[in-house]
Amino acid sequence: MTTFTATVTVRLKRGVLDPEAETTQRSLERLGFELDDLRSADVFELDLGADSEAAAAERAEEMAERLLANPTIHDYTVEVEQAE
Amino acid sequence: MTIAVIQFGGSNCDRDSVQALESMGYDAELVWHEDGLPEDTTGIMLPGGFSYGDYLRAGAMAARSPIMGDVRDAAADGTPVLGVCNGAQIGCESSLTPGAFTTNESARFQCEHVYLRVENAETPWTSQYEAGEVIELPIAHGEGRYEIPDDRLDELETDGRILFKYCDESGEVTPEANPNGSKHAVAGVTGERDHVAVMMPHPERASLEDLGRTDGQPVLSGFAD
Repeated sequence: MTTFTATVTVRLKRGVLDPEAETTQRSLERLGFELDDLRSADVFELDLGADSEAAAAERAEEMAERLLANPTIHDYTVEVEQAE
Repeated sequence: MTIAVIQFGGSNCDRDSVQALESMGYDAELVWHEDGLPEDTTGIMLPGGFSYGDYLRAGAMAARSPIMGDVRDAAADGTPVLGVCNGAQIGCESSLTPGAFTTNESARFQCEHVYLRVENAETPWTSQYEAGEVIELPIAHGEGRYEIPDDRLDELETDGRILFKYCDESGEVTPEANPNGSKHAVAGVTGERDHVAVMMPHPERASLEDLGRTDGQPVLSGFAD
């Protein structure tokens, strides 16, 4: 059993309106910054013990499917690395 | 014979819902989510509020609480289920109904009266209205924008699963009359079978004679069927 850290990043699917991101972008522009677009995402870091990196990734993906993301509006990615 | 109004931590329209249902002659009771459904449950209402502080996404936590397994089983057995506001978000998060309710286009909490056009008047929740009738109900939400992939929304339209659309006073569906940017101005939808439904506007807040409008009473009458 090894301890891994799985990083789950949950984003709105392309094309789904993100009013909070738009508001944040407008605020940055009001501060004088120039940018073309801004997308926001939620990041979850999960520490978990597993026999392999693949097993840790599989469990994190199931967590994303069942709670962390809403598949109707979200895409997500999972990255796993061995915990320090 | 009782309509179970399920209380989660953070529900705040639970008592209003019981009062509205009782004023219409129904037997209704508050049911704490950890206590499970009463054996004589004949209807289930998921009330509005801010269950679990809207953590993660509005309705996400409540949708995964144990009582929702009982609610799904009861719905599968034909028990009427109505989700309103936070209850609608819980309904979609638990896949009782399709789609998702997410952040308003304005990115603000909106508390106002809206006009709704009855799209399908042949469901238990709308059978006392005429198709195309315009009613007025209050909304109070920050995450009420209906989102769903276009092809699935087209299917819902074709199958008559849209209950209400936001419209203007004359019944026209216009961008200006859409308070939250919902796709196709959808304010309420049914599940695969129409005895399960969710809607963001509050019928229970427009059901007491003393408070003026009673446009919401016919929706709650869906529990009679």
